[in-house]
Amino acid sequence: MTINQKSKPLLAVLAIVLLLLPFFIDALLGRGWVRIADFAMLYIMLALGLNIVVGYAGLLDLGYIAFFAVGAYCYALTGSPHLASAFPLLFPHGIHLSFWVVLPLAALLAGGFGVLLGAPTLRLRGDYLAIVTLGFGEIIRIFLNNLNAPLNLTNGPQGISRIDPVNVAGAPLNATQQILGVTLPSVHLYFYLFLAFTALVVFTSRRLEKSRIGRAWMAIREDEIAASAMGINTRNLKLLAFAMGAMFGGVSGALFAGFQGFVSPESFSLMESVMVLCMVVLGGMGNIAGVILGSVLLALLPEVLRHGVVPLQQALFGKMIIDPESLRMLLFGGALVVMMLYRPAGLLPSRVRRRELDTDEVAETV
Amino acid sequence: MEIFFQQIVNGLVQGSVYALVALGYTMVYGILGLINFAHGEVVMIGAMLALSSLNAMLGWGMPPLLALPLSLAFTMLGCMALGYGIERIAYRPLRHAPRLAPLITAIGVSIVLQNLAMMVWGRQYHAFPQMIANNTHTLAGAIINDVQIIIFITALAIMAGLMVVVHRTRLGRAMRAVAEDQHAAQLMGVDINRVISITFMLGSALAAVAGLMVSANYGLAHYYMGFLLGLKAFTAAVLGGIGNLRGAMLGGLLLGLIESLGAGYIGDLTGGFMGSNYQDVFAFFVLIAVLVLRPSGLLGERLAERA
Repeated sequence: MTINQKSKPLLAVLAIVLLLLPFFIDALLGRGWVRIADFAMLYIMLALGLNIVVGYAGLLDLGYIAFFAVGAYCYALTGSPHLASAFPLLFPHGIHLSFWVVLPLAALLAGGFGVLLGAPTLRLRGDYLAIVTLGFGEIIRIFLNNLNAPLNLTNGPQGISRIDPVNVAGAPLNATQQILGVTLPSVHLYFYLFLAFTALVVFTSRRLEKSRIGRAWMAIREDEIAASAMGINTRNLKLLAFAMGAMFGGVSGALFAGFQGFVSPESFSLMESVMVLCMVVLGGMGNIAGVILGSVLLALLPEVLRHGVVPLQQALFGKMIIDPESLRMLLFGGALVVMMLYRPAGLLPSRVRRRELDTDEVAETV
Repeated sequence: MEIFFQQIVNGLVQGSVYALVALGYTMVYGILGLINFAHGEVVMIGAMLALSSLNAMLGWGMPPLLALPLSLAFTMLGCMALGYGIERIAYRPLRHAPRLAPLITAIGVSIVLQNLAMMVWGRQYHAFPQMIANNTHTLAGAIINDVQIIIFITALAIMAGLMVVVHRTRLGRAMRAVAEDQHAAQLMGVDINRVISITFMLGSALAAVAGLMVSANYGLAHYYMGFLLGLKAFTAAVLGGIGNLRGAMLGGLLLGLIESLGAGYIGDLTGGFMGSNYQDVFAFFVLIAVLVLRPSGLLGERLAERA
């Protein structure tokens, strides 16, 4: 979509609201919620990355969180004192590369892993692909868990801590900064950093969607054979989809590592992959606004449950009967089923998707 | 050499369980062309039901030899009802939907089952009650115990029984007909919905037995056990050629052997760099290798088609 004159003021209002948002949240709900908003934006970036693979190219990837892990560990290893323990002679203090140097590396590395995963799986049918990607995600996690012996690369299940914060213009974002007389606590600073990256990701997604490449992806999604008959190089384009999606994942992973200062394999379980997939499916596969809506809803849901369900249960029954974590997963699982049955195109479906799912012809024969 | 035989024994026992679960995947795939992603959770529920009912019956003072078949029957019925329900709720309404839709509902169903199990049975590991004096025998230097022998023989017997059902009975003929061509089978008077429901129930009954066996073999059951087991059994089904019953059995046994031999020797092969904690990785590598090199599996005829 080109930004026409009419939507310009709207965009400006949106920008101002988003810029003031952390202050509103801070004042109304408390600082903890700004942190939650930061995480929500990480999820938006992840979901938009997965949206390229699932939504545009129609390749169901159940191991997407692996690319997030690659990005996160990439920065964790190069931006912390950890490598000093594995290579004391080579790096007596660890590497401590600047975040801005690691970021493109993390994106490239994750993209490389995307191609690595994509290459052998290209010929597979959709459901096989899902299982293989799921296996790939688990392999990455098993390696992260076990690569602490004999050479301590990942520090195993304990994870890597003391990761350097992101620096912008020489100022570390993990401390309160004064900018033009305004005091900005760390979570606000990261909010703006993530906001900038999210905007970049949204912009890139939007341009991709309308580009020749994006249209080719959608053609592949609708009918691969027809697409290749039209002269689309399906192999390269599918690889590109994997690589692009993985790069988005890698970038958000590096941001996550810098923000948290700590990474461990626990953050990259299958359930996280499923959660990101839920965001894409719930919001509306292939539609950027829908994916953003889905991400925000699902990122906020556990917090709302934690703050709402726990006191409610205590008030009603005097004790905790269902812990919010499993209630959240139950709702996720149920939502996936209900969405597929009654609203398969998501809350905000993309126009093409809707058209595609409305046709009640038999989709294909085995 | 003793390690070698020991790993063969362990692999065959574990593989026979994989084979039982793989049969569930392969039967459903053969008939509907769909990966029943929630099948692993049915195995888990089977293990949990078996455990609870056994503990309850033993608690009432029932003799183990009576409690075991009763709880097995209870577990099988429970899992069959579950399999039937999963098909009705998550798959039947989506039979003509795009291929990804039933896969996503299946993921949803497994998450729901997993978390329900966690609420009912908690997060802890449950110990399986010991019921028979578990004697150990030595066979060519390998140690094998009674439970393992029972598991292996029962699994083989069940598989043989399934082959008879599929190849010798009217129901089996209907199943094969639906697998061959749904519409043609319908025209010949086969009640497709009934056949599909029965297939799901048969697969779930096998899963119930497998769940009981896994927890008896390891002495443990856990709400999260279904995921990895399901994935490995699916790998076994693909390895043998998905949709092919004999393939699932062969694939299950082979995968069990690959895994246990791999875990036994990976330390030597990599000079101590990787240990048996990488055991779970083998199944995934096998899966990827099979899909890349021979997508139709060892005994399969049909090639993997387009999405």
